[in-house]
Amino acid sequence: MKKLLIGNEAVAWGLYNGGLSVISSYPGTPSTEITEFLAKHDDIHTEWAPNEKVACETAFGASLAGVRSACAMKHVGLNVAADPLFTLSYTGVTGGMVICVADDPAMHSSQNEQDSRHYAIAAKVPMLEPADSAEAYEFAKSAFELSEQYDTPVILRMCTRIAHSQCVVDIGEREGTPRKEYVKQPAKYIMMPGYAKVRHPLVEQRTENLRAMAENCAYNRIEDRGSEIGIITSGCSYLYVKEVFGDSVSILKIGMPNPLPEKKIREFAAKVKKLYIIEELDPVIENHVRSLGIACTGKTLFSAIGEFSQQTIREAFRKEGVDFGESPEKQGEAPKVPGRPPMMCAGCPHRGMFYTLAKNHITVLGDIGCYTLGAVAPLNALDSTLCMGASVSGIHGFNLGMNGEAEKKTVAVIGDSTFMHSGMTGLVNIAYNATNSTVIILDNSITGMTGHQQNPTTGYNIKGDPAAKVDLEALCKALGIRRVRVVDPYNLKECEAAVKEELAAEEPSVIISRRPCVLLKYVKAKTPLKVDAEKCRACKRCMGLGCPAISMKNGKARIDTTLCVGCGVCEQLCPFGAIGEV
Amino acid sequence: MEKTTSIMIVGVGGQGSLLASKLLGNLLTDEGYDVKVSEVHGMSQRGGSVVTYVRYGEKVYSPIVTEGECDYIISFEKLEAARYASCLRKGGRIIVNTQQIDPMPVITGSAEYPENVLEELKNQGFQIDDFDALAPAMEAGSAKAVNIVLMGHFAAHTSIPKEKWMAALEKTVPAKFLEMNKKAFCLGYGE
Ligand SMILES: Cc1ncc(C[n+]2csc(CCOP(=O)(O)OP(=O)(O)O)c2C)c(N)n1
Ligand code: SF4
Ligand code: SF4
Repeated sequence: MKKLLIGNEAVAWGLYNGGLSVISSYPGTPSTEITEFLAKHDDIHTEWAPNEKVACETAFGASLAGVRSACAMKHVGLNVAADPLFTLSYTGVTGGMVICVADDPAMHSSQNEQDSRHYAIAAKVPMLEPADSAEAYEFAKSAFELSEQYDTPVILRMCTRIAHSQCVVDIGEREGTPRKEYVKQPAKYIMMPGYAKVRHPLVEQRTENLRAMAENCAYNRIEDRGSEIGIITSGCSYLYVKEVFGDSVSILKIGMPNPLPEKKIREFAAKVKKLYIIEELDPVIENHVRSLGIACTGKTLFSAIGEFSQQTIREAFRKEGVDFGESPEKQGEAPKVPGRPPMMCAGCPHRGMFYTLAKNHITVLGDIGCYTLGAVAPLNALDSTLCMGASVSGIHGFNLGMNGEAEKKTVAVIGDSTFMHSGMTGLVNIAYNATNSTVIILDNSITGMTGHQQNPTTGYNIKGDPAAKVDLEALCKALGIRRVRVVDPYNLKECEAAVKEELAAEEPSVIISRRPCVLLKYVKAKTPLKVDAEKCRACKRCMGLGCPAISMKNGKARIDTTLCVGCGVCEQLCPFGAIGEV
Repeated sequence: MEKTTSIMIVGVGGQGSLLASKLLGNLLTDEGYDVKVSEVHGMSQRGGSVVTYVRYGEKVYSPIVTEGECDYIISFEKLEAARYASCLRKGGRIIVNTQQIDPMPVITGSAEYPENVLEELKNQGFQIDDFDALAPAMEAGSAKAVNIVLMGHFAAHTSIPKEKWMAALEKTVPAKFLEMNKKAFCLGYGE
């Protein structure tokens, strides 16, 4: 069956047809759709785990049980799953295991631009890197065999461009792989020093075996065009190179960035006069080539920052005086226009709480989710955003560092999914090591930013079937917080009272700001509100909310009825009663 | 080798550009072209500026479109058409919905919406086909159908017969919304 697929759907089909039985993942752009597509199959187990470490260890357990397993995450997710990864390298696998990780060069939806290839090198596990959906399918499928043959987890590295670009893929049939019989193998699976010392040399040997394989495998291929220049490239950079040069230059395309071959690179380099390395992010291939004593041009010409394109390649080779045919000719320059940054939706339940915090000049340690958008004007409500969970752990340290002076005017804000991911442990620390910290859980009953996935607080699983639901109030109490209260963020008075009282309290507290995300199907929009132009005195109080539905037109506030969901928050702000239903 | 055609679908996150690119992708694949589509998921979908690339021809490598390469820019909003105008190749065409959606810097007053931005582009020599896609979308039944009205309008610029577009529409849109979208498409096509 031939189908147009985004890279992530192609990975899903590759894993499925490769005999996958269990996948456990945590959402994260650009990796999320891999698991969402797999959830459409009823003959395998798919799930959203609370975080990437749990997901990776679940996949480990399934592999131990003898079935083919996988987990998927974004690049920073691998930081969270790094602990199991490094020792999984020692234990190896029983059923094949694939760790799908998606990097985000240019940070379309991320807080950093880290390069996952360093993990493969550091953990000494093989990594595959496709360049388009067709390869994503093939690589994902064959990763299981590689994993079982070399007794190692395999990392499949995607990036935003490949994960979210479509091309036609020829999807084959599913291979049923029977479960291997479980045999207790203490020396392989119990990683205490005595056993781990025996495993480490095997890991080193495995890398050598894989490197030998890398010399002749189908993942790394030479396109010999007899040209004077030669290019070593991988992933989507390969596509940009081909776009510019077609079949006119010799290319060594790397599909397995770890471990990298040696002979193949020497052989390729020997045939060309000048060698270029074109890879997004860090100079991983370049450093390897240099370590072989081979001269090459890489990061001096191609930046370690952001994404490439065919334009990047053209501009670089123009500087080098290399001929590549015609350049495109544009119609004209684009005029300078205002930016359009992302923002919280009209009627977003997070907005009322952020308005309250901004109004009261509260210091806010933020976290990651839709509510990170509380950082932008006009709310400007956040002071920090580091990584998932860091708001709750961070406020504890902040209050310690400020020697108690900030406790009455500082809060941490964290979403429901993020609280499950890694906020709980920070809250334990607040209770246990006693700072008078105030934590606000922005509970919109969904994992919003990544495109609305269920999580343990929503009461539904990945398939939308009812599931055990975490009782956040009871949980916070059980973790040692006595003051826990729930507010409706659409009610500004209630929000303000709660924030003031909990900040004043002489012990740690949690405010749960609860209201489902307006984009959820079961949330029905109310009648849009209107501004009575007669009553509006252009005080712009309502504009302080930063609701995209409200703007100033001809000196009066105006509400865009195609955007407004009638949440009523702006109505509470108007001192002249100008906003209402008619 | 036949030249690759490049299309950009630009707009504001949440306006339905993903459905538009899916329709195009299905149509062009059925027509036997090599097709690459690059979508936007994630943060920009929250009201940010979004751009989807569609490229087709005999053999297409890169999924993205850069300066001077684009044959058609299909824009859901005026400002967004201007933002990506430098991607248009000489002689390319911009098809734009005249809807105005203020970005946050305009709402907060730190920037001004360039009201006459399309006229300026026309004066510079850009070929622009601007029309209101919102009214026909409402007529078809929903403001959300703006995406399909625009695709209908674009379809009239291509040599691919209308029946083929309709067939691709049937393949792409859920049955529940098919009638509405067919109507939206025809209104955009100019019938
Ligand atoms: C370690 C890690 N994993 C995944 C992500 C991707 N990610 C960003 S925000 C988010 C979840 C947000 O959900 P929630 O906390 O419920 O807030 P909401 O977006 O619903 O407001 C995720 C999974 C990340 N940034 N870091
Ligand atoms: S998707 Fe939901 S949580 Fe995210 S900004 Fe929109 S309304 Fe808010
Ligand atoms: S009621 Fe006011 S704040 Fe709420 S969505 Fe409508 S315009 Fe925005």
